[in-house]
Amino acid sequence: MFEFIILLLLVATLLVLYRFLKGPTLSDRVVAFDVMSIAVVALLVVLALYFERALYLDVALVFGLIGFLGTTIFGRFIEKGI
Amino acid sequence: MLEYLGFGFIILGALAFIVSAIGLIRMPDLYTRIHIGTKATTIGTLLVLIGASILEPTWSWKLALLAAFILLTNPLSSSVIARATRKKESL
Repeated sequence: MFEFIILLLLVATLLVLYRFLKGPTLSDRVVAFDVMSIAVVALLVVLALYFERALYLDVALVFGLIGFLGTTIFGRFIEKGI
Repeated sequence: MLEYLGFGFIILGALAFIVSAIGLIRMPDLYTRIHIGTKATTIGTLLVLIGASILEPTWSWKLALLAAFILLTNPLSSSVIARATRKKESL
């Protein structure tokens, strides 16, 4: 059952990766990166259930924090330049 | 019985992620992409977290912290991207 859920989340991440590689402007790529980071947070929660280890929840929290920081910094870069 | 409920929530969340990915590919405009890329992933993550806390009730505090974090940061990042793009376009 968990394998099916992990497969669904990986398919979703790969579909978003298509938009990340193709996206016409920088903002499209940043949106795709945001969606991918949140999908990986959900994937890490499912992996924590699959391996029965609560450590992956901390990894998910830190990964979400880093994804949010990356998105915000790219938003500032789009708005004002370096 | 409770196990099937948890798995149902997690599968609904994963389907919300699939819907978000398809929308992100098929939507014609940047702002509609931001729309589908924020709301669908927020509800998907929350459904996955609810299902996980049903399956493992001892992890509920960490999962609630993660849910609060997602609810705080996800609209903020989409708002930052939309505002920056709008300002850059209006120059």
